[in-house]
Amino acid sequence: MAHSGIDVLTAGSNFSRLLGGLWVTIKIALIAIIIGLIIGVLLGILRTLPNRPLRFILRLYLEFFRIVPTVVLLFLFYYILPKEFNVNLPADAVATLVFALWVAAEMTDIVRGALESVPQHQKEAGQAIGLTYWQLQRYVLIPQAWPLCLPATVNLMTRVVKTTSLLMLISVMDVINIGQQIIEANNKTAPNGVFWIYGIIFIFYFMINYPLSRWAKHLNKRRLEANH
Amino acid sequence: MSSWAIIQQSLPLFQKGFFITLKLAALGILGAIVVGSICSLIQYFKLPLLNPLVTIYTEIARNTPLLIQLFFLYYAFPQLGLRLTASQCGIVGLIFLGGSYMAAGFTGGFEGISSSQLEAGQAIGLSRWQLARYVVLPQGLALSVPALAANIIFLIKETSIFTVIAIPELTNTALDLIGMYYHTNEYLVVLVVAYAIILIPLSLILTYLERRVRYGTFGN
Amino acid sequence: MSTPLLHVNHLEKYYQKTHILHDVNFELNTGEVLTLLGPSGSGKSTLLRCLNGLEAYQQGSITFDGQAVTQKPKQWQQLRQQIGMVFQSYDLFPNRNVLENILLGPLKVQKRTRAAVLPEVQQLLEQVGMADYANAYPRQLSGGQKQRIAIVRALALKPKLMLFDEVTASLDPEMVRDVLNIIRQLADSHAMTMLVVTHEMDFAKQISDQVLFLADGRIREQTPGKQFFEQPQTERAQNFLASMDF
Repeated sequence: MAHSGIDVLTAGSNFSRLLGGLWVTIKIALIAIIIGLIIGVLLGILRTLPNRPLRFILRLYLEFFRIVPTVVLLFLFYYILPKEFNVNLPADAVATLVFALWVAAEMTDIVRGALESVPQHQKEAGQAIGLTYWQLQRYVLIPQAWPLCLPATVNLMTRVVKTTSLLMLISVMDVINIGQQIIEANNKTAPNGVFWIYGIIFIFYFMINYPLSRWAKHLNKRRLEANH
Repeated sequence: MSSWAIIQQSLPLFQKGFFITLKLAALGILGAIVVGSICSLIQYFKLPLLNPLVTIYTEIARNTPLLIQLFFLYYAFPQLGLRLTASQCGIVGLIFLGGSYMAAGFTGGFEGISSSQLEAGQAIGLSRWQLARYVVLPQGLALSVPALAANIIFLIKETSIFTVIAIPELTNTALDLIGMYYHTNEYLVVLVVAYAIILIPLSLILTYLERRVRYGTFGN
Repeated sequence: MSTPLLHVNHLEKYYQKTHILHDVNFELNTGEVLTLLGPSGSGKSTLLRCLNGLEAYQQGSITFDGQAVTQKPKQWQQLRQQIGMVFQSYDLFPNRNVLENILLGPLKVQKRTRAAVLPEVQQLLEQVGMADYANAYPRQLSGGQKQRIAIVRALALKPKLMLFDEVTASLDPEMVRDVLNIIRQLADSHAMTMLVVTHEMDFAKQISDQVLFLADGRIREQTPGKQFFEQPQTERAQNFLASMDF
């Protein structure tokens, strides 16, 4: 029986396979974001220290991850880790690592910018009551920098989710890869299945990212209002 | 064969890829600026009918990956009878994605104008159009320059995704060469350097522009 | 004769090439109030900030409570518990309510228990008339109220010396008197040792045991008590007092 395009979505286990692929995508994005946030916040704080060599190295780290496109970063780690460092990681682990390092790099700049925009007076007021460096960070600077970071951080998350679409390039079994398998399997019987499969994947991505970007917008508006 | 010889042999192919990347990026970015400025004007004047359409377009374009947008153009649209070459798909995809980013950049600039400037304009009796023409546009464009520069860098990097529809740009060239000759390190180094040649000068310009706008001297 | 609480000896301070403080010398005994007067830009605030480790100085020495002060951050962090400072711009932490602002130092820096600190803080809040505001956030307070809380925040560490850096300069006139009264009360009934930078001449005249008059980063006059106001010696001081019009 030749089914028409939309039936490809529901035929057999196709839809649950797509959802399984989506879960792989989300899992990688989530783990990368969590690891990246932790590393990025710590390194971002270090970037506000008056230590020139340290600042230079961290700046270099940021610029490298900013200038090299993520596709290229994926292939750099995918090819070079096993070859030069004898580290054989499965593709999804490589992808998680790359995304985490990328998130961390972007995070350092968000955190540094926010910390530096806390007024100097606040820092002095904290010093004047005898707070140590880390106490000052913990009780005064980070709580005030946090709302400044939040919109940019949520925006970064939407970028990570969108960038997970590249996972298929290093053969991770993500939602797109599975979608392509389904398309190929049904190519003969339902050539316009391609429309429905990519359509549903398109909607999946939109459903994750739209609420996130609305949230970022809302946070940003609240931050601007708090300033006035 | 030494690494250097491998790199040298690959350079003509990379050079081709380099110019394809530049050409597609330039066309896509130009188109994106046109689309973005039209959209932001529609949003600024809140034109009926068009304004909600622009909102729907920008939300869709910003919240979905370029890769899927390209797959749609390249694999799904021919099913509807719309057949484009890979390069055309790349340019259209970049305009579709970039237009929404550019619109946000312009709109951010317009919104960055201080309300006292708008009030000062209204106080001397400017109409809505005059206010836009003499106050909002000149100041807003200046304010949006850093965002536009950041978008340009972003869109150039996004051209690396064109590899998935087999456009022989930089990334595709490197991946092809790796597939054929297995000199992974050498080709990846050339690839990174090629992007650095395009993007480092741009990112320096961006830093400079950001500083100028921050100190409020830009456009004066 | 007892040793002074604070002894500043040949202090020199530069910003890059600009000479901000020239050979500043003075002593301050326990229980005394010293006011720093002078035109703006004379280096008063910078001197005060040097005494709380917020600015580095290039030469000279500071002795506090019999202890030579080095410029090591660690030592300053210890000393700041004994040297309270209040700023012109209040600088309460906006993310913490009044009580949390005040308790931060005693609990986290001095590691005292909440139970031990709380009654003291309550009493301080009552003294400054802010007992009802313990749970308010800084943004809900007026400038004068914020400044009173900032004073309590500094006092909660039980400092031996208080530094006041133009604490009424940002306040509306009607708020100024409240804040000045609190400082006066500290001097009179608590015999707090204080260094005060102010432009309120009446207040300075009433409160000062000692006056340092600075101009261009140098001490031009150093006189006890009211003498500065009644018989200024230098022409600069005479002009300064005339310009203050009090």
